[in-house]
Amino acid sequence: MGMTFAEKALARSAGMKEANSGEIVIARPDITLSHDNSAAIIGLFHKMGGESLFDSQRTVIVLDHASPAPTTQHAENHRQIREFVHEHEIEHFYDVGRGICHQVLVEEGLALPGELVLGADSHTLHAGVMGAFGTGIGRSEMASVWALGELWLRVPESIKIELYGHLRPGVTTKDLALHVIGQLGADGALYQSVEWHGEALHSISIDQRSTLPNMMAEAGAKNSIVIPDEVTLQYLKNRAKRSFEPLLPDPDCGYAQVLRIETDRVEPMLACPHTVDNVKPLSAVRGTQIQQAFLGTCTNGRLEDLAAAAAVLDGRKLAPGVRMIVIPASSTVYLQALQAGILETFVTAGALIQSPGCGPCMGNHLGIPAVGEITISTANRNFRGRMGTKESEIYLASPQVVAASALAGEICDPAEFLS
Amino acid sequence: MSTDLISGRVWKYGDDINTDVIFPGKYTYTVSDPRLMPQHALEDLDPSFASQVEPGDVIVAGRNFGCGSSREQAVTCLKESGVGAILAVSFARIYYRNCLNAALPALISSEAYAVLDKGDRVSIDLESGSLQYEDGQISFKPIPASVRMIFDAGGLIEYTRSRLSAEGA
Repeated sequence: MGMTFAEKALARSAGMKEANSGEIVIARPDITLSHDNSAAIIGLFHKMGGESLFDSQRTVIVLDHASPAPTTQHAENHRQIREFVHEHEIEHFYDVGRGICHQVLVEEGLALPGELVLGADSHTLHAGVMGAFGTGIGRSEMASVWALGELWLRVPESIKIELYGHLRPGVTTKDLALHVIGQLGADGALYQSVEWHGEALHSISIDQRSTLPNMMAEAGAKNSIVIPDEVTLQYLKNRAKRSFEPLLPDPDCGYAQVLRIETDRVEPMLACPHTVDNVKPLSAVRGTQIQQAFLGTCTNGRLEDLAAAAAVLDGRKLAPGVRMIVIPASSTVYLQALQAGILETFVTAGALIQSPGCGPCMGNHLGIPAVGEITISTANRNFRGRMGTKESEIYLASPQVVAASALAGEICDPAEFLS
Repeated sequence: MSTDLISGRVWKYGDDINTDVIFPGKYTYTVSDPRLMPQHALEDLDPSFASQVEPGDVIVAGRNFGCGSSREQAVTCLKESGVGAILAVSFARIYYRNCLNAALPALISSEAYAVLDKGDRVSIDLESGSLQYEDGQISFKPIPASVRMIFDAGGLIEYTRSRLSAEGA
């Protein structure tokens, strides 16, 4: 029997010819990724007796979680990280304002097909949009990887998602990801590798695809990959920092589960409070009042996301009493949106634009809801208390639905504004 | 350090026990001394646990034990409470890693969940992968050899430190 992507990628990272699901391998990462939590990791690294990094060229640090620093404590963390970066000559360091670590890793050509990315962040699966094996690890583990350059990993079983047909107009990869999470449940892909296959993918841009592996963390997956194709290779041309060799699953490999999705039947979906697998179609939650709309995050803060929301907002004003916060996922996205006039559309509509980073996604700053308020967001998590207070609710949706809801003051179908 | 033999009583819980009820989020930045963590262990799930747990006791649970946040305190508080092992039908991925990296045995067993009850006395042999209880014996997959090294060193921090000092020697 052939090998799955996960088996191939982890065998490669462990210097083995083959590996089987269930087996534990000692893997050597091509890239390690950490963010503001690098301050805590530095402390653990020193506690372990760490003196030098296994490879400073493979160590990537991006300041994004509280960026720029909202408090002295955060600022002190950032200062400590900058000193460490300087001392260890870490080339791939991206200071506040560059963007969200997962997006920056892709834009900088550091997430590459077939490679292993270990990140001290649960959404490191995102790197799978480039055909990399990306997975989240703990802070102690990251400190140990910095020191030793290796980590034990269990080779996961794999789930194949096969897309049949194309997404209907107005239906996005966010809706598709939520649809799949609704089917799998919060632990439906626990420990597993989720592979996205299907003709439909070839006509979906990198911006749109990114949402798919990013959100599989919410089904418990260890990693998730969009099978690399021409679109992937084109994106990496003149961008990839190193040469690479894509790894593809063998046609006869074994899957723990195959999920067939009639893509053209997927509807606009929302994740309702307080779990991501509490998924409902837009038609079931229309009319729910909202006070805040948030467009951004590693899930949906790219140029096409902003453009889709701007198309809904164009020439209109936000509903009275509604705040809309827009945070481009990176400085590149920010600049492109600026040049395309998209930011002007937001400001004219009454939205406010913040500097690239994670923003209020996990309740750090730049738009924390009040007690009793409801936020509609393009993020990937809606757990109780996620944005700062337990007494608030978060609905997750596509950029279009978030924009339409900001105009209506209630959860709303964007078709009402696009006719 | 031999952690191969573990014996104590069973504390039994259900499915999807999340890290918020194992170690409440409100303490993650206020309680940083590991020795003070046991008093909050399982606080929002079983208020009797913290005062009655004894060294060597084991936790038996259902599916997806330790889901939610990746906070390592949710493992530390149980380890510091003297919990000898956790047997669950399945573990959330990062929780499982955090357990093994803290040298707390996380053992996967559907059978344990099916046959054991709260208060049962059990003894576990990690080396052979077996658990004895009053009415019989069940076996589980031993901790893989490659991970055992971390385990035997007393955890990932100690393991890394000893590897680094061996390389420097």
